[in-house]
Amino acid sequence: MAAPQQPLQAPPEAGSMSAAHRELLARTPDVIAPGHTFGSVTDKISGIILTRRTPIGWFLGFGIAFMFLTILNLTIVKLLFTGIGIWGNNIPVGWAFDIINFVWWIGIGHAGTLISAILLLFRQQWRTSINRFAEAMTLFAVACAAMFPLLHTGRPWLAAYWLFPYPNTMQLWPQFRSPLIWDVFAVSTYFTVSLLFWFTGLIPDLATLRDSAQSKFAQRIFGVLALGWRGSAQHWQRYETIYLLLAGLSTPLVLSVHTVVSFDFAVSEIPGWHATFFPPYFVAGAIYSGFAMVMTLAVPMRAAFHLEDLITMRHIHNMTKIMLATGMIVAYAYVNEVFYAWYSGNLFEQFMMTNRQTGPYGPFYWMLIAINACMIQLFWFRSVRDNVVLLFILSLLVNVGMWLERFVIIVVSLHRDFLPSSWGMYAPTKWDFGMFTGTIGLFLSLFFLFVRLLPAISIFEVRTLVPEAKVNGGSTTEHLL
Amino acid sequence: MAHAPQTEMIHGLMAEFDNPTDLVEAANRARLAGYRAMDAYTPFPIEELNEALGLKKNPLPLIVLLGGIFGGSGGYYLEYWTQVVTWPMNIGGRPFHSWPHFIPVTFECTVLGASLAAFVGMLALNGLPKPYHPVFNVQAFARASRDRFFLCIESTDPKFDRHATESFLQDLHPLGVSEVAA
Repeated sequence: MAAPQQPLQAPPEAGSMSAAHRELLARTPDVIAPGHTFGSVTDKISGIILTRRTPIGWFLGFGIAFMFLTILNLTIVKLLFTGIGIWGNNIPVGWAFDIINFVWWIGIGHAGTLISAILLLFRQQWRTSINRFAEAMTLFAVACAAMFPLLHTGRPWLAAYWLFPYPNTMQLWPQFRSPLIWDVFAVSTYFTVSLLFWFTGLIPDLATLRDSAQSKFAQRIFGVLALGWRGSAQHWQRYETIYLLLAGLSTPLVLSVHTVVSFDFAVSEIPGWHATFFPPYFVAGAIYSGFAMVMTLAVPMRAAFHLEDLITMRHIHNMTKIMLATGMIVAYAYVNEVFYAWYSGNLFEQFMMTNRQTGPYGPFYWMLIAINACMIQLFWFRSVRDNVVLLFILSLLVNVGMWLERFVIIVVSLHRDFLPSSWGMYAPTKWDFGMFTGTIGLFLSLFFLFVRLLPAISIFEVRTLVPEAKVNGGSTTEHLL
Repeated sequence: MAHAPQTEMIHGLMAEFDNPTDLVEAANRARLAGYRAMDAYTPFPIEELNEALGLKKNPLPLIVLLGGIFGGSGGYYLEYWTQVVTWPMNIGGRPFHSWPHFIPVTFECTVLGASLAAFVGMLALNGLPKPYHPVFNVQAFARASRDRFFLCIESTDPKFDRHATESFLQDLHPLGVSEVAA
């Protein structure tokens, strides 16, 4: 049983390793606690769904989330009956909470794809126990995001003809020169591909649940969902091929999605939006906020279901480091924005920046700088990275900071445009907040159901982390592992 | 197709192992012994089995490429046809065929086509969904999705002989050998 403890990231040849390097490796926590077997990881993860009692906290959490989901439903009913006039946005601030929340949610989703696809291509083994729920987070976040553009049309069934290309009775077609249509294609493709990737990953685990479920009902449900998967070597070979190909396809896709989202702004001529560096700036911000959300979800889940030996400190450390790196890119973009505004020599750009910093919404700007540029410097310290409660609070603050960033970009640029006669102020209404908190309720409700009903950690991939999973002797592929 | 009546009744013989190393070695030895119609069942992918079982390269990369080409050209054609042929509109004096505007949607359609081809192609080649398969008749097989590793030599193999194959499998020191009812 006592498995030899070995570092699971690709270690360089032991002889060529310096003493300092060896010491560093020894201080790096493993991606899976020692002593696990194929059976024990299977039981640990499937037990949450099949055998363990549901923690009381789950009912409490789901209840609260469901309450907010109800607020969302009420808001949508009110919106469909009355129209989008119930929201606070009006000329000159034509875009407000709807687009802020859309960009915020879409950005959160990006970490899931980064973890599942990009880290897979880079053979980062630590991704393995967090990829499944990060992918679920992506799906739910994209679903929340999609509600805003759909509902900001007022009555979506009347808007379908200019959103989707289908032969309609008016013989009209979408305008493909508009970034908003690119958005429709990017987001719907993103959702579909994320769903395929997620479900593909789930198939072998659904088979595990089918085979270990005791109740007839669970066996049937999981049996249907598992599609008759039997773990044949022939099947695994094809499965691995497409898993890698889907990862390869998702990687440029995820970069394209937030690039297209940034085009919504960059292609226009509003000061503060019309900037060529928006795509990388938005993508970095998306990954930064997404990892914050993964952290926000992982810390309570890990504690509630006692998953500390699968989601180890190694995962927590690495996620914090990615937040630090992408947060620094975002901070660099803030500096660039100021520089461009000054260097452009353009009166409107310069005024936009002065107004952003000292105008009526100035405090929001300084709050986002305080969080996204200053606070994240705490992540340099190992003592901070070791403190999961503190990290949970900081990751919530990062989510707030990134929401403020979108508020500042969108509202502050719009409320003081080229003509002082058309200046105005924006304030959200209770329906704006109802819709926003409602989508948080939808997101959390879906997530609570997900961790209870489906394996939140990929069982078959975690099995490959168990030391016995390595085939000993005569292997030609060993150097790759 | 089977020659002897007793082989008609079974799908094959299945040996059970408790670690991947033994399974790969067993598969190698079965291949050396001349068996070809066989398959292994494992709770996670084991790359070494591809070689041990002599699995052929699969056509999925090609299918995915074709899916991507189909999706991308379909997307571009949709844009061209709607913006140039059936409903041309003057947007800021741009040419009707303003191709740089068509790239984002073309790209998304490429990824969508390729991904759908990957998913559907994998299921189709694997013959899934398939609710019934003979291997599920074996009691111990429930652990193939958990912590056990199986090698099944199928009765369609010309070298298959119920008794000889069974004693061959026993020589590999498995945890057990079972008959797989058809």
